[in-house]
Amino acid sequence: MAGINGSMAHLSDGLFTTAIAVYALAAVGFTAEYAFGRVGRTKAEKAAVALRKPSRELAAVGAPSTAGGVPPEAPGSADVPTSDVSDAAARKRGLAERIGRWALVITLLGALVHVGSIAVRAIAVDAVPWSNMYEFASVAGLVGVVAFVAVMWKLPQLRHLGGFVLLPVILVMFLAGTVLYSRAQPLVPALRSYWLAIHVTLVSIAEGALMTSAVLTALYLVKQRHDRLVTKPGYQPGALANLAERLPAAATLDKAAYRVVAFSFPLYTVAIICGAIWAEAAWGRYWGWDPKETWAFIVWVIYAGYLHARATAGWKGRVPAWINLAGFGAITFNFLVVNIVVSGLHSYAGLS
Amino acid sequence: MSATAKVLRMGWRRLTSMRTALILLFLLAVAAVPGSLLPQRPLNPSNVSSYIKAHGWWGQFLNSVDMFDVFGSPWFAAIYLLLFISLVGCLIPRIRVHARALTRKPLPAPRNLSRLPESGRFETSDAPEDYAAAARETLGRRWRVAQRREDSGALTLSAEKGYSRETGNLLFHVALLASLILIAVGRLYFYEGSVIVRQGQGFCNAVVNYDTWKPGRFAAEGKVGPAPFCIEKLNKFTATYTRTGEPAQFAAAISYRDRIGAPLQHDTITVNHPLRLEGDRVYLTGHGFAPTVTIRMPDGQVVRQTAAFLPTDASTLYSEGVFKANGPDGAKQDIGISGFFAPTPRQTAPGIYTSVSAQVNNPVLGIFVYKGDLNENGLPQSIYSLDTSKMTKIGAANLRVGQTKSFPGGVKVTFDGWTPYANLQVSHDPAQTYLLFSALAMVLGLGASLGVRRRRVWLRIAPGADGAGSSPTVVEVGGLARSDSGNFTAEFAGLLTRLAAAGTPGAEQRTLHDTADDAFDESIDAIGARKD
Ligand code: HEM
Repeated sequence: MAGINGSMAHLSDGLFTTAIAVYALAAVGFTAEYAFGRVGRTKAEKAAVALRKPSRELAAVGAPSTAGGVPPEAPGSADVPTSDVSDAAARKRGLAERIGRWALVITLLGALVHVGSIAVRAIAVDAVPWSNMYEFASVAGLVGVVAFVAVMWKLPQLRHLGGFVLLPVILVMFLAGTVLYSRAQPLVPALRSYWLAIHVTLVSIAEGALMTSAVLTALYLVKQRHDRLVTKPGYQPGALANLAERLPAAATLDKAAYRVVAFSFPLYTVAIICGAIWAEAAWGRYWGWDPKETWAFIVWVIYAGYLHARATAGWKGRVPAWINLAGFGAITFNFLVVNIVVSGLHSYAGLS
Repeated sequence: MSATAKVLRMGWRRLTSMRTALILLFLLAVAAVPGSLLPQRPLNPSNVSSYIKAHGWWGQFLNSVDMFDVFGSPWFAAIYLLLFISLVGCLIPRIRVHARALTRKPLPAPRNLSRLPESGRFETSDAPEDYAAAARETLGRRWRVAQRREDSGALTLSAEKGYSRETGNLLFHVALLASLILIAVGRLYFYEGSVIVRQGQGFCNAVVNYDTWKPGRFAAEGKVGPAPFCIEKLNKFTATYTRTGEPAQFAAAISYRDRIGAPLQHDTITVNHPLRLEGDRVYLTGHGFAPTVTIRMPDGQVVRQTAAFLPTDASTLYSEGVFKANGPDGAKQDIGISGFFAPTPRQTAPGIYTSVSAQVNNPVLGIFVYKGDLNENGLPQSIYSLDTSKMTKIGAANLRVGQTKSFPGGVKVTFDGWTPYANLQVSHDPAQTYLLFSALAMVLGLGASLGVRRRRVWLRIAPGADGAGSSPTVVEVGGLARSDSGNFTAEFAGLLTRLAAAGTPGAEQRTLHDTADDAFDESIDAIGARKD
């Protein structure tokens, strides 16, 4: 059996740190776009969606009733100054959007470095590199970034929110690199199973994506609260008003959050099934209510609850949003508390 | 209807509502939490006892409400039983409704198409009938289309697609139901036995041969006949290690017969590869060492014994165990030895050894030798512990393989060597293969349920105002997304474009597309209401 390639492991650690730094830079860029970018994006957004698929016959686009006099903004197109804003402000906005686009490029660069770090580690340990918390957190962080880029691909008006996604990713990776770090090590026999490899890969993909969903949901709640407050008489802009005004429409955030769950939930389901297949081969039972399994079950049930709540007439909106956040809370608990605290009490018994 | 019947009906309706399902799901999640945070009896009974001891009345209280066996408790069962009933109750009508929807034509067009979330209009110089035919062709086979004529003379097309979303959703829930049943059936017929098998020995699948035996209800009642297989012999147990001393692989090469009298077969059981026999699986769950000693008894008799030692440290396999040799009855000349085995010994203090690795490298057998009465008066005794209450210690020694030590009274002990043993576990769950298929059906259903886009589109094709064909045909299109996936606004825009292109352009070459803002929920409700 192969041992550990020390210099490769070292290189992987270096790339990991680099990826964190690159993400941090991108986060700064997104935040700049967010802070100086266009307000009122939300109003133009619907029209923008309609325009995104231009076609021969679509000679005229009916102006959406709520869009009023705001000219539609085509995402990705050059900034068109509107008459009611000064040129200087427009230039500032143009710059902000350029920064935002660069931040996206930098994010992709960071993701590449990140992929490199994981790949090199795989070579170093000669196995899939997610057998411990450090490696798992690294993969989940990468998926969080990729999931957000995918969401942005579909909904470009969310780009300036990149900072909100990169921040938790950076946090998770920082934790991974410091508190949770473990040296590259070969796997014990029980962990040498391709079912386990598939299982952990799927879990980290699903959970990384669900992190993105949680961020979008939190922003949705902010926006939704703001929308409710503004209509009240005697409205005073609160601490989050500034943030809320720059966010896309609540419905857009909600939908984006839902789509990420709709993608992740089946993955998570398959992941649990693969885990059960592995457990059957390794421990003789497919399910044993071990704390880790129990929390996987809890997470699964919570997200099933989210999908139900979203399909229940009258419960649309805030109820599912809180369930979504509870689901991510359970994921976090499973990752941090169960791994570090609870497993110590009764961990897997077996060959090690 | 009597009052009771009314209450029952109402109760049933409540129980099978989506809201109740949601609450039950939530309860299920909450109920599972203590099962992960408190020690659980099926997983670790000794932790449970020490927890109860350490927590006084609180521990007693938790125990009385089954907090140490959450997943076997009546209240956990109550929640999932209710969920199960709720699921059945909600599925039956949904399957009926869906079966009807599958055989029925799509719903007639609502009166005002422009009030739908997506709508548009354009003109064509084709006659309504011609355009309808062209539009149907454009929609293609993925849409189910019904054509109707309204009293006003306008033609309508009702088109719907994405039926497999609901089919998938129903498949998911039915498979979920099946899985719950299969899990329960599996638990009833389940059994699990484990046994220590020394290299060179074997065992047959019978309850009496197991060191531990965990039966499900039917197995405990003797309704499950253990599969009649025998592991004839553990031919060789091999542990391989990496250069750095990490375990790499464990393998137990065995010979077995899957029935009495069946031909002998050979296989190798490794950690993730159990031996799969009809109905039963045999796992390798651990390993250890069984040292062999030769004991010269006080009366001159020579006894040779091999005993499996139990690891006290899983990573170094530092193990402990006992040897027991009976002298003549009543003579108080029994010899008992309690000992430890260090595979790769390291001396930490004079005469004190630990083990630094599970690999065997000049091992040490440490022994404490006792003489007297083993106290085996008919009562079953653990083969891993020694009752020294009627014995006196006559000495201790650390032996390497081949070494002999003499003790007072003519007693001699020789450390002859060691054999590896494997912990084998036999598991039986006749439902699990079916459960796997049922789980796959769940995934399939879920994929369709969350991935397929459910869409409704209506076209109202009205002849020109004068009816003489000189003024163009007006086509109104309305669309509704019945699921959140995808970007329906963009989809609709594309569809509208294709529909407009299907006809010969009219005088006015404009295509209007309107996206309503918050109309989504209301129109869903409006459409839903029309169904009944
Ligand atoms: C055992 C617990 C249950 C689980 C894990 C579960 C899971 C799910 C999941 C994951 C979905 C998402 C599919 C989608 O959004 O299209 C769903 C949808 C649905 N479930 Fe359940 N379900 C359970 C019990 C029930 C029960 C008891 C009912 C009936 C009261 C029910 C009724 C529905 C309905 C009507 C939908 C469709 C929602 C839609 O159209 O989006 N489910 N369920």
